[in-house]
Amino acid sequence: MDPKVLVTIILFGPLIGAITAGLFGRRIGDKASMGVTTGFLFLSAILSWVVFSQWTWGHLEPFTVTYAPFIHVGDFISNWAFRLDGLSAVMLVVVTTVSSLVHLYSWGYMADDPSKPRFFAYLSLFTFAMLSLISAADFMQLFFGWEGVGLASYLLIGFWHHKDTANAASIKAFVVNRVGDFGFALGIMTCFWAFGTIEFAKLFPLIEASVGKGWDFAGGYFSLIDLACALLFVGAMGKSAQFFLHTWLPDAMEGPTPVSALIHAATMVTAGVYMVCLLSPMFEYAPVAKTIVTVIGAVTALFAATVGLTQNDIKRVIAYSTCSQLGYMFFAAGVGAYQAAMFHLFTHAFFKALLFLGAGSVIHGMAHEQDMRRYGALQKYLPITYAVMTIGTIAITGLGIPFLDWGFAGFYSKDAIIHAAYSAGGAGHPVGYFAFFIGVLVAGLTAFYSWRVAFFTFNGHARWTPEDLEQHWHNRDHAHDAVHDDHAHGHAQHETHDEPLPEAHHGHGHGDHLPHESPWTMRIPLLVLSVGAIAAGFAFHHQFIGEHNGEFWKGAIFNAPAEHAAGHHYPLWVVLAPIVASVGGLLIAAYMYIWREGLGAKLAANNGLLYVFFYNKWFFDELYQATFVRAAKFLGDLFWKGGDQKLIDGLGPDGVSALSVQVGKGAGRLQSGYVYHYAFVMLLGVAGLLTFALWAWAA
Amino acid sequence: MISADLAHAYPELILAIGALALLVAGAFAPKQTTLVGGGAVVLLLVAAFAAATQPLGVAFSGALVTDAAAAFSKVAIYLASAVAIPLGQPWFERRGVKTFEFPVLIVLAALGMGMMASSGDLISLYVGVELHSLALYVLAAMHRDNAKASEAGLKYFVLGALSSGLLLYGSSLIYGFAGSTLYSDIAVAAGQQANTGLLFGLIFVICGLAFKVSAAPFHMWTPDVYEGAPTPVVAFFAAAPKLAAMVLFARVLGDAFPAAAGQWQQVLVVIALASVAVGAFAGLVQSNLKRLWAYSSIANVGYAVLGLASGTSEGVQAMLMFMVLYMIDVTGFFACLTALSRQGRSMETIEDMAGLIKERPALALAMTVFALSALGLPPFSGFWAKFYVFKAALDAGLWGPAVIGLVGSVVAAFYYLRLIKAMWFDSSAGATDRPPVEAKTVAVGLALFAFPLVLVALTWLDPAVAKAAHAFGLA
Repeated sequence: MDPKVLVTIILFGPLIGAITAGLFGRRIGDKASMGVTTGFLFLSAILSWVVFSQWTWGHLEPFTVTYAPFIHVGDFISNWAFRLDGLSAVMLVVVTTVSSLVHLYSWGYMADDPSKPRFFAYLSLFTFAMLSLISAADFMQLFFGWEGVGLASYLLIGFWHHKDTANAASIKAFVVNRVGDFGFALGIMTCFWAFGTIEFAKLFPLIEASVGKGWDFAGGYFSLIDLACALLFVGAMGKSAQFFLHTWLPDAMEGPTPVSALIHAATMVTAGVYMVCLLSPMFEYAPVAKTIVTVIGAVTALFAATVGLTQNDIKRVIAYSTCSQLGYMFFAAGVGAYQAAMFHLFTHAFFKALLFLGAGSVIHGMAHEQDMRRYGALQKYLPITYAVMTIGTIAITGLGIPFLDWGFAGFYSKDAIIHAAYSAGGAGHPVGYFAFFIGVLVAGLTAFYSWRVAFFTFNGHARWTPEDLEQHWHNRDHAHDAVHDDHAHGHAQHETHDEPLPEAHHGHGHGDHLPHESPWTMRIPLLVLSVGAIAAGFAFHHQFIGEHNGEFWKGAIFNAPAEHAAGHHYPLWVVLAPIVASVGGLLIAAYMYIWREGLGAKLAANNGLLYVFFYNKWFFDELYQATFVRAAKFLGDLFWKGGDQKLIDGLGPDGVSALSVQVGKGAGRLQSGYVYHYAFVMLLGVAGLLTFALWAWAA
Repeated sequence: MISADLAHAYPELILAIGALALLVAGAFAPKQTTLVGGGAVVLLLVAAFAAATQPLGVAFSGALVTDAAAAFSKVAIYLASAVAIPLGQPWFERRGVKTFEFPVLIVLAALGMGMMASSGDLISLYVGVELHSLALYVLAAMHRDNAKASEAGLKYFVLGALSSGLLLYGSSLIYGFAGSTLYSDIAVAAGQQANTGLLFGLIFVICGLAFKVSAAPFHMWTPDVYEGAPTPVVAFFAAAPKLAAMVLFARVLGDAFPAAAGQWQQVLVVIALASVAVGAFAGLVQSNLKRLWAYSSIANVGYAVLGLASGTSEGVQAMLMFMVLYMIDVTGFFACLTALSRQGRSMETIEDMAGLIKERPALALAMTVFALSALGLPPFSGFWAKFYVFKAALDAGLWGPAVIGLVGSVVAAFYYLRLIKAMWFDSSAGATDRPPVEAKTVAVGLALFAFPLVLVALTWLDPAVAKAAHAFGLA
């Protein structure tokens, strides 16, 4: 079939599913809504793989399909279009594959939810928005998709809208993303202002000629392209939860776990990385912006990893892990290794979605307990989950055999990034070395917290009792007796974060409330993703980052000539550093959580300075609360209470009405009831009118 | 000659002789109150017919004027009076006051009001005013076992006497300076020279008449009398006498002092704005609906006076239109109050009306219509009334007063809306008695007039009022 037809079906299938389930979900029922959305997604996924295989092994050339005009105002031209090139082909398979598996997974996970059509409609809507983002041929559609995924993310984080924390988290995500989007919008405007077009194909050839344009402003020199790229990167920071704008991502875990896997791990949060890679023709001419990207990426990687060391909520650890891995991708892009960044994005999508869905399976099996301190020894009860989680952990920690060039997915992509940072350092960019060292350090930290999750959850001694679980089921049934189901599975409404359980009522000691493995709808996605986590690196590293990667990308990624110089010849210690760090992390985790079980808890109980600092996420929330939130609240209060209530209302409606009542009371007081008062007023009136008349007539 | 004069006085003669006959009949058969009441209604209807068909002209050496204005206002006055009888008589009888004087007094008051409307000189003016006032004093105190009603009657009488004095003093000044009591002669005298003494007299007359229409600052009696007097009597008070007094106002100002329009205009503007302000602001703190509507009537008279203050024929037309539509609204509203009671006790406060829409939907709906109409909300009749007034004021260049009048209307909107809110949204204050059929019929019928019948009625009211307004001596 014509690839242009294929991509059109891929793009609009999810939209049709979303509209059907969203508008007619109540009429056609739960099963039909789930069926139609999931069906369209699997169709999209299969077609995406067809397109991708044609791209990789066939002879598909880049093309752009234009569907309709979007905005045509003067010189400002924007069209609805589908741009297929190496980048969007990769993203197509990532988005549709993970999304379709998450759709299927949600059949089991959301089985008891009363508003399934809404959930599936949102998921499909997200997928459509994400596809329109990656297929954009100009900034306007990119922005449309950017906002569309933001909207879907907002809706899905707050999906359980009766939960205050979920509402707060969804608003936080939205607001923080506003900051990023503001920068993004400014970046787009800068591009249009400077180049008169927002279409990528027309814009990129203009870049080289404008090198050297800039302004002296406030004592500094600002290059045009640096400025544009830096502003656009602010947008990427917001969407991809980079340092300073990262605070929304951990809170976004309030959403259902499939959502966390799809949006907040595999796809949407990588949109920033995708954008930087897509704009490589611009970033390559923006050295300052690239440095910013590198530093921010590296700092994020370190920051998130350190915080991840200490968290107890299983989803939060994985969320910080996502944040940290996104940092890897950004500093890869920052040092010019866009291919490596995209490759890590690709492999990360598989193993991170796997970890999240695996965590969801654990949560599901443990009656919606998310605190890992209440887990332990689950390998016996959740064998499949145990297996796939272990695979995911091996993949993210990048275990492999360096000299055989064989390993799990993360081994290829992460090592490529770390090596690229080293060679950038060698090519005269000191930030490259900075990124390299942080990359190695974070590899060790990643290994530690990832294995900590695995060991803490599946090994050691059980830190739960059947009574706890029963109590959990019990609470849940009470909270939701509206949707009664004796074999209620997967009701995730009691997801809590870092919160201790309510005191278990002992004495309900009947029944066999043991952790249970998830239904097949949840297991199949896990198994499929495991394959990806194992093989994605091995299978595709030649195409993505091999010697001849130019044939794969076909011009979608631009590397300035100088960057090509550094070859693949690294000192031995550079080659070994990541794997050594990773194994070290694994061994420490094993020591603390298997051989000396309880050592971690003891360390935590000590409340060491570093531990408190990490545990409280470097106090970022507190810092923002004290500065931005308080300042905004202060300003808001000032305008609301001072400006609106006191000034406008006080002098306006309230003041006038109070005055009216006063006048009325005064007039009422005159009404004494005494006839002589009345007669007196009448005579006063006569005298007054006569006086007035004389005065008026004389004038 | 005399027979020709009498032909112009048929309505008055019918009412006068009929009233005496009814009095005699009542004296011999005091139990036959219904018969007397029915006779009074027939009399008023016949008189209205006679007024509508009588020849136009002047009679009794100019003392009695029968022009289009007199005919129009007399028809309106007699009909409004006729409605008051079936509204009031059963109400009194339910309260053990079985008197045949009530309808007779209404007829006599109507006679006096008719004379006011067609007065051609100061003597007939005074006779008409006194005749209707005396009847009204008695009516106010009709429920004589009731202390409040007696108080109301007495207050009204004492203050009315004072206003009569003002009126009379003014008349004597005018007579002294003009040398005649005939409006036409006074007009000639006032046209020759702007005599301060004459204008002083005019101010006194204006004050006396302002008392009758209860315009500020001569309004003080209104809330007390409205509150104390029997509700159906108030329904009568608030309607026909106000129209009669306003027409008389127009007669004195338009027929006797057209040349001094510039002077009395300023005085009337002051009175109008003072009335609007007092009515709007003092009403805010009232909880008794009869008192509240007293303030409402003060404010509304202010608008009527504002129309007159325009000093043009258009202004008089606006005033007449306003008064006719207002009469219908206010009669309907007090008919609602007449119809409502809870365990035999009258419902008079806003709290009493809480949740009425569930208890008595028809009456609550009617009251809502009247309140919205008084508020001046389109397309209810009150909107059209105010529309005419403001249009006349603006055409006469009275921008400032029109704006102040509008602001007053906004302030007054509060208490009308408060009543509506109580009826529609507050929880019910308990079951109410079955409303008497006659009061309910009047209330619902008049509400239907306020909307939507008014839209049809305006098509023939507008030319009739315009024709009446042209009868006055204003440009």
